[in-house]
Amino acid sequence: MSESLITILLIAGGTFAAIAGIGLLRFPDVLMRMHASTKAGTLGVGLSVVSVAIYFKDDLVTTKVVLIVSFLLLTAPVAAHLIGRAAYRTRTPLWEPTVVDDQRDQSEKP
Amino acid sequence: MIDQETALTVAMTLTVVGLICACIRLIIGPSRADRVVSLDLITVLLVALAAQLSLLYEVAAYLDLGLAIALIGFLATVAFARYIETAPHGKSSGEEPTQPSSTLQSANVADHQSISETP
Repeated sequence: MSESLITILLIAGGTFAAIAGIGLLRFPDVLMRMHASTKAGTLGVGLSVVSVAIYFKDDLVTTKVVLIVSFLLLTAPVAAHLIGRAAYRTRTPLWEPTVVDDQRDQSEKP
Repeated sequence: MIDQETALTVAMTLTVVGLICACIRLIIGPSRADRVVSLDLITVLLVALAAQLSLLYEVAAYLDLGLAIALIGFLATVAFARYIETAPHGKSSGEEPTQPSSTLQSANVADHQSISETP
Protein backbone atom coordinates (compact mmCIF):
# COMPACT_ATOMS: atom_id res chain seq x y z
CA MET A 1 0.00 0.00 0.00
CA SER A 2 2.57 2.54 1.10
CA GLU A 3 4.97 1.33 -1.57
CA SER A 4 2.54 2.04 -4.39
CA LEU A 5 1.77 5.41 -2.80
CA ILE A 6 5.49 6.23 -2.70
CA THR A 7 5.80 5.18 -6.34
CA ILE A 8 2.94 7.41 -7.44
CA LEU A 9 4.23 10.38 -5.44
CA LEU A 10 7.77 9.98 -6.80
CA ILE A 11 6.68 9.76 -10.43
CA ALA A 12 4.31 12.71 -10.04
CA GLY A 13 6.97 14.82 -8.33
CA GLY A 14 9.56 14.08 -11.00
CA THR A 15 7.05 14.82 -13.76
CA PHE A 16 6.17 18.19 -12.26
CA ALA A 17 9.86 19.03 -11.84
CA ALA A 18 10.50 18.24 -15.52
CA ILE A 19 7.41 20.25 -16.52
CA ALA A 20 8.72 23.23 -14.55
CA GLY A 21 12.08 23.04 -16.32
CA ILE A 22 10.56 22.67 -19.77
CA GLY A 23 8.19 25.54 -19.10
CA LEU A 24 11.06 27.71 -17.96
CA LEU A 25 12.85 26.92 -21.19
CA ARG A 26 9.92 27.26 -23.60
CA PHE A 27 7.79 30.18 -22.40
CA PRO A 28 8.41 33.50 -24.19
CA ASP A 29 8.34 35.96 -21.28
CA VAL A 30 9.81 36.49 -17.82
CA LEU A 31 6.43 36.54 -16.12
CA MET A 32 5.27 33.38 -17.90
CA ARG A 33 8.52 31.65 -16.99
CA MET A 34 7.93 32.58 -13.37
CA HIS A 35 4.45 31.11 -13.65
CA ALA A 36 5.95 27.79 -14.75
CA SER A 37 8.84 27.64 -12.32
CA THR A 38 7.18 28.72 -9.07
CA LYS A 39 3.98 26.71 -9.21
CA ALA A 40 5.03 23.49 -10.93
CA GLY A 41 8.42 23.47 -9.22
CA THR A 42 6.98 23.87 -5.74
CA LEU A 43 4.38 21.16 -6.34
CA GLY A 44 7.02 18.74 -7.65
CA VAL A 45 9.30 19.30 -4.67
CA GLY A 46 6.41 18.93 -2.24
CA LEU A 47 5.36 15.57 -3.71
CA SER A 48 8.94 14.25 -3.70
CA VAL A 49 9.51 15.27 -0.07
CA VAL A 50 6.19 13.82 1.11
CA SER A 51 7.17 10.48 -0.43
CA VAL A 52 10.28 10.53 1.80
CA ALA A 53 8.08 11.06 4.86
CA ILE A 54 5.93 8.06 3.92
CA TYR A 55 8.99 5.91 3.28
CA PHE A 56 10.75 6.46 6.61
CA LYS A 57 7.67 6.53 8.89
CA ASP A 58 9.66 8.46 11.51
CA ASP A 59 8.54 11.39 13.65
CA LEU A 60 11.69 13.44 13.15
CA VAL A 61 11.68 12.90 9.40
CA THR A 62 8.02 13.84 9.19
CA THR A 63 8.71 17.01 11.15
CA LYS A 64 11.50 17.96 8.76
CA VAL A 65 9.27 17.25 5.77
CA VAL A 66 6.51 19.44 7.17
CA LEU A 67 9.10 22.17 7.78
CA ILE A 68 10.45 21.96 4.22
CA VAL A 69 7.00 21.97 2.60
CA SER A 70 5.64 24.81 4.73
CA PHE A 71 8.77 26.86 4.18
CA LEU A 72 8.62 26.36 0.42
CA LEU A 73 4.93 27.23 0.33
CA LEU A 74 5.60 30.37 2.35
CA THR A 75 8.62 31.66 0.47
CA ALA A 76 7.84 30.79 -3.17
CA PRO A 77 5.16 33.53 -3.57
CA VAL A 78 7.37 36.11 -1.83
CA ALA A 79 10.34 35.35 -4.06
CA ALA A 80 8.18 35.32 -7.21
CA HIS A 81 6.64 38.65 -6.23
CA LEU A 82 10.05 40.24 -5.69
CA ILE A 83 11.44 38.97 -8.98
CA GLY A 84 8.33 40.00 -10.88
CA ARG A 85 8.39 43.49 -9.40
CA ALA A 86 12.07 43.89 -10.20
CA ALA A 87 11.57 42.61 -13.75
CA TYR A 88 8.67 44.98 -14.33
CA ARG A 89 10.43 48.01 -12.88
CA THR A 90 13.55 47.44 -14.95
CA ARG A 91 11.26 47.32 -18.00
CA THR A 92 12.10 43.83 -19.09
CA PRO A 93 10.32 43.48 -22.44
CA LEU A 94 7.00 41.65 -22.33
CA TRP A 95 5.83 39.13 -24.89
CA GLU A 96 5.10 40.80 -28.25
CA PRO A 97 1.35 39.91 -28.47
CA THR A 98 0.70 41.27 -24.97
CA VAL A 99 -2.47 43.37 -25.14
CA VAL A 100 -3.18 44.78 -21.69
CA ASP A 101 -0.64 46.37 -19.35
CA ASP A 102 -2.75 48.01 -16.67
CA GLN A 103 0.10 49.37 -14.58
CA ARG A 104 1.78 51.17 -17.46
CA ASP A 105 -1.53 52.46 -18.85
CA GLN A 106 -2.35 53.97 -15.47
CA SER A 107 1.03 55.55 -14.92
CA GLU A 108 1.15 57.08 -18.41
CA LYS A 109 -2.38 58.47 -18.27
CA PRO A 110 -1.53 61.08 -15.45
CA MET B 1 2.76 -1.75 -10.83
CA ILE B 2 6.32 -0.64 -11.27
CA ASP B 3 9.02 -1.23 -8.75
CA GLN B 4 9.86 1.46 -6.21
CA GLU B 5 13.51 1.62 -7.25
CA THR B 6 12.51 2.01 -10.88
CA ALA B 7 10.18 4.82 -9.87
CA LEU B 8 13.02 6.46 -7.96
CA THR B 9 15.30 6.24 -11.00
CA VAL B 10 12.61 7.69 -13.26
CA ALA B 11 11.91 10.51 -10.79
CA MET B 12 15.59 11.41 -10.49
CA THR B 13 15.97 11.39 -14.26
CA LEU B 14 12.97 13.70 -14.69
CA THR B 15 14.26 16.05 -11.99
CA VAL B 16 17.64 16.21 -13.70
CA VAL B 17 15.89 16.98 -17.00
CA GLY B 18 14.26 19.93 -15.28
CA LEU B 19 17.61 20.98 -13.84
CA ILE B 20 19.26 20.86 -17.28
CA CYS B 21 16.48 22.98 -18.79
CA ALA B 22 16.91 25.50 -15.98
CA CYS B 23 20.69 25.58 -16.57
CA ILE B 24 20.15 26.23 -20.30
CA ARG B 25 17.81 29.11 -19.42
CA LEU B 26 20.43 30.37 -16.95
CA ILE B 27 22.99 30.52 -19.77
CA ILE B 28 20.86 31.92 -22.62
CA GLY B 29 18.39 33.99 -20.57
CA PRO B 30 18.13 37.35 -22.30
CA SER B 31 17.54 39.46 -19.19
CA ARG B 32 18.79 39.40 -15.64
CA ALA B 33 15.35 38.52 -14.31
CA ASP B 34 15.36 35.34 -16.43
CA ARG B 35 18.61 34.28 -14.82
CA VAL B 36 17.31 34.94 -11.32
CA VAL B 37 14.16 32.93 -12.04
CA SER B 38 16.20 30.01 -13.31
CA LEU B 39 18.47 30.17 -10.24
CA ASP B 40 15.35 30.04 -8.07
CA LEU B 41 14.11 26.96 -9.91
CA ILE B 42 17.55 25.33 -9.64
CA THR B 43 17.60 25.67 -5.84
CA VAL B 44 14.03 24.37 -5.58
CA LEU B 45 14.85 21.36 -7.74
CA LEU B 46 17.99 20.69 -5.69
CA VAL B 47 15.72 20.25 -2.65
CA ALA B 48 13.80 17.60 -4.58
CA LEU B 49 17.08 15.95 -5.59
CA ALA B 50 18.22 15.87 -1.95
CA ALA B 51 14.96 14.16 -0.96
CA GLN B 52 15.41 11.58 -3.71
CA LEU B 53 19.00 11.02 -2.58
CA SER B 54 17.77 10.25 0.93
CA LEU B 55 15.50 7.62 -0.60
CA LEU B 56 18.32 6.23 -2.73
CA TYR B 57 20.83 5.82 0.10
CA GLU B 58 18.18 5.31 2.82
CA VAL B 59 19.79 8.04 4.91
CA ALA B 60 17.31 10.50 6.37
CA ALA B 61 20.04 13.08 7.04
CA TYR B 62 19.90 14.23 3.42
CA LEU B 63 16.66 16.00 4.32
CA ASP B 64 18.69 18.44 6.42
CA LEU B 65 20.58 19.28 3.25
CA GLY B 66 17.29 20.01 1.53
CA LEU B 67 16.13 22.24 4.37
CA ALA B 68 19.39 24.22 4.30
CA ILE B 69 19.24 24.60 0.51
CA ALA B 70 15.66 25.87 0.74
CA LEU B 71 16.61 28.46 3.38
CA ILE B 72 19.69 29.72 1.53
CA GLY B 73 17.95 29.69 -1.84
CA PHE B 74 15.20 32.00 -0.65
CA LEU B 75 17.72 34.48 0.75
CA ALA B 76 19.73 34.35 -2.49
CA THR B 77 16.62 34.99 -4.57
CA VAL B 78 15.62 37.98 -2.44
CA ALA B 79 19.14 39.40 -2.66
CA PHE B 80 19.31 38.96 -6.44
CA ALA B 81 15.88 40.55 -6.86
CA ARG B 82 17.02 43.58 -4.87
CA TYR B 83 20.17 43.65 -6.99
CA ILE B 84 18.44 43.73 -10.37
CA GLU B 85 16.06 46.38 -9.07
CA THR B 86 18.76 48.74 -7.81
CA ALA B 87 21.69 48.03 -10.13
CA PRO B 88 22.59 50.55 -12.82
CA HIS B 89 21.47 49.15 -16.15
CA GLY B 90 24.85 48.91 -17.80
CA LYS B 91 25.42 52.71 -17.69
CA SER B 92 22.73 53.11 -20.33
CA SER B 93 19.48 53.78 -18.53
CA GLY B 94 18.54 56.29 -21.21
CA GLU B 95 18.57 53.86 -24.09
CA GLU B 96 17.78 50.56 -22.47
CA PRO B 97 13.95 50.38 -22.43
CA THR B 98 12.34 47.71 -24.63
CA GLN B 99 15.48 46.61 -26.41
CA PRO B 100 17.50 43.63 -25.23
CA SER B 101 20.53 45.09 -26.97
CA SER B 102 23.98 43.60 -27.21
CA THR B 103 25.40 46.23 -24.86
CA LEU B 104 22.89 45.20 -22.19
CA GLN B 105 23.77 41.56 -22.69
CA SER B 106 27.49 42.20 -22.39
CA ALA B 107 26.81 44.19 -19.22
CA ASN B 108 24.91 41.17 -17.92
CA VAL B 109 27.85 38.91 -18.60
CA ALA B 110 30.24 41.30 -16.89
CA ASP B 111 28.00 41.53 -13.84
CA HIS B 112 27.68 37.80 -13.68
CA GLN B 113 31.43 37.35 -13.76
CA SER B 114 31.99 39.94 -11.06
CA ILE B 115 29.43 38.16 -8.88
CA SER B 116 30.98 34.76 -9.34
CA GLU B 117 34.40 36.09 -8.41
CA THR B 118 33.34 37.22 -4.97
CA PRO B 119 33.30 34.38 -2.47
